[in-house]
Amino acid sequence: MSKLVHSLADAIRASGLQSGMTISFHHHLRNGDAVLNMVLAEAARQGLRDLTVQASSLFDVHLPLLDHIRSGVVTGIETNYMAAGIGRAISEGVLQKPVVFRSHGGRPAAIESGRVVIDVAFIAAPASDAQGNANGVLGSAACGSLGYAIPDAKYAKKVVIITDHLMPYPLTPHPIEETDVDLVVQVDSIGDPKGIVSGTTRITRDPVGLSIAKLAAQVIAHSGLMVDGFSFQTGAGGASLAVTEYLKPLLRKQQVQGSFGLGGITGYLVDMLNEGYFGNLMDVQCFDLAAVASIRDNPRHQEISATRYASPNARSCAVKSLDTVVLGATEIDLNFNVNVHTDSNGYIMGGSGGHSDTAEGAKLSLIVAPLFRARLPIIVDKVTCVTTKGSAVDVLVTQRGVAINPRRQDLKDNLKAAGLPVFEIDELQAQAHKLTGVPVPVKPQGRVVAQVEYPLGGIVDEIRSVCAE
Amino acid sequence: MRRSLLFIPGNNPGMLMGADMHGADAVIFDLEDAVAPTEKDAARILVRNAMRAMPDLGVEVVVRVNPLATDFFIQDIQTMVPLHPKLIMPTKVASAEDVAHISAAVAAAEQANGMPEGSIGLLPLLETAQGIENAFAIADCDLRVKGLLLGAEDLSSDLQAIRSKQGAEILYARGRIVMAARAAGVEVYDTPFTDVNDAEGMAEDARLARALGFSGKAVISPRHVEAVNAAFTPTEDEIIYAREVMLAIAEAQQQGRGAISLRGKMVDKPIVDRAQRVLATAKQLGLEGSDL
Repeated sequence: MSKLVHSLADAIRASGLQSGMTISFHHHLRNGDAVLNMVLAEAARQGLRDLTVQASSLFDVHLPLLDHIRSGVVTGIETNYMAAGIGRAISEGVLQKPVVFRSHGGRPAAIESGRVVIDVAFIAAPASDAQGNANGVLGSAACGSLGYAIPDAKYAKKVVIITDHLMPYPLTPHPIEETDVDLVVQVDSIGDPKGIVSGTTRITRDPVGLSIAKLAAQVIAHSGLMVDGFSFQTGAGGASLAVTEYLKPLLRKQQVQGSFGLGGITGYLVDMLNEGYFGNLMDVQCFDLAAVASIRDNPRHQEISATRYASPNARSCAVKSLDTVVLGATEIDLNFNVNVHTDSNGYIMGGSGGHSDTAEGAKLSLIVAPLFRARLPIIVDKVTCVTTKGSAVDVLVTQRGVAINPRRQDLKDNLKAAGLPVFEIDELQAQAHKLTGVPVPVKPQGRVVAQVEYPLGGIVDEIRSVCAE
Repeated sequence: MRRSLLFIPGNNPGMLMGADMHGADAVIFDLEDAVAPTEKDAARILVRNAMRAMPDLGVEVVVRVNPLATDFFIQDIQTMVPLHPKLIMPTKVASAEDVAHISAAVAAAEQANGMPEGSIGLLPLLETAQGIENAFAIADCDLRVKGLLLGAEDLSSDLQAIRSKQGAEILYARGRIVMAARAAGVEVYDTPFTDVNDAEGMAEDARLARALGFSGKAVISPRHVEAVNAAFTPTEDEIIYAREVMLAIAEAQQQGRGAISLRGKMVDKPIVDRAQRVLATAKQLGLEGSDL
């Protein structure tokens, strides 16, 4: 039986997609993705309406989605992250039904438990054979890991592979397996490589960011966790990435042999693997070309599914074996709750991604953030939106010192003994206020435009519309 | 001790707020070249407010003011003096006469604000051929002058020289300004290294400055502070040797001997003086092994 169909239009028809159904997408092609837009455009052409888009993340390359919302083709969105352009429209109330935000671990858990039912998964595949064995490491749109697409492939009622690089059967490696795939369609291009991965990811050169990173590395070094078997995850942004550079000499000095680096993987973690700091990388998503090349060529750089990365329903998952994670924040409050969903005016400009999963899972979760951005202090009395509960956050690291969650007295004692600048979180807030003044809190008061679901389920917070409708 | 003096543009609130956190021994709030003529008043207000908001900055503050010959000078002095910066850095200082005018303006501002006369020191920036030629007179003419700073960019232009990383064109000026400052008994600081991306060149330039006798070096990027501090911090070997010198001298004195030798070399007064300076610096920095 051939699964290969002639066109995307045929694929959509053959998948049995009907109005009112849920369709899913992964975000490995990030801001270069062409697949979500082409599927929605074709669905609109076929007269389908009332679709729910279940996407692991949405980027601003997906702005045409807003027109499909306005025309009624899309009436529901569930996602783990939303870039600022789409976020702004959602915050202004373009979608009637509240967006459901999950985390990278919460999404597969919801799919696997049946709480989320995907009718058709449209999986962009940088390389596939005609039976749907697919991977992300070959082809012109190579993105590396396809980790977030794996639960969709396993659990969707119908699975359509969309590729621009059809290869002879049997393709290997095959993180997406033919056993799960119904249809395969070849298109001219699944995305723009320039938007998929950055050529190189660079650490920040901002002196404030660097001093935060330096202090964060010191916190890790004195946490008691930097012993043989040490494992580590960091984001790809600004100061987070710089922590890796400051961590290396400390690992060398203490002669620590790390076990694994986890998460979204950058060239910096690849370097650490190749230089022997870690035995393995576990990679759910590649951020740059160095990571794509490494996952393709180095057997110690393993591709893992979103489930294995962080699903709280799995019998075990990688974040639960993780020692340390370095995360960012747009706001953090006096109870250590962190917001990465909205900006300080309440507009949606992000989402958990793996924030809450890793903070909940890791033994030590550090938030790195400047004491203020522009004129706005990062530490607030109460965050605009709770992304990650304060109970999962251990340390806030700023350029003027660190604040330790009171439930981690052990850590506080260690860091004080090491001579690090330890403060209470309200003391750091007062320092910021001295320079910036006390800003008037902005709390959007409109209707609920999004709900934030915590990894284990349950709504942790709601986001309200910014402009009165 | 000022190993590093970090320039902070007076019109950049973000950098002003973070001025103290880069590890520099002193910061220079700049009202001069970093600020466009149309922004001078705004920068003056911003620096004033920053200094008021951060009275306990924990780092020594120097304010670089506009040249005496400009209309901005007197407003800069009148606004900055009451804020008690440790030093004021007058620019394009060319002669002892310039210093006399500047010092009088500062004295008037001190008096107007009920401050004791002489409470604010001067760190003249020498950046013209005239200034370098008059360096000793500038350093020696007024007790307010606590040190000199070399400004190589303007100087090279004035000399019609070609500015290079290696700095052959400023070698004479460097030697001359160190000589003048030391003769007058004041501190002396080297010109900044301007390629913010050349870390190795930066470190080399700082080591050269220390070798030439400078007390420290101005920096224009926070990323340069660490390398400059390192270059002007005694090394472990230097501290060990200095301790050995002092112990050998003490032993010789006990035994009533005059000249002694250490590691096959004669130890005489200049070597002892240097050892004392190394240990004093190390002690000030709280380095291990600085106590005898």
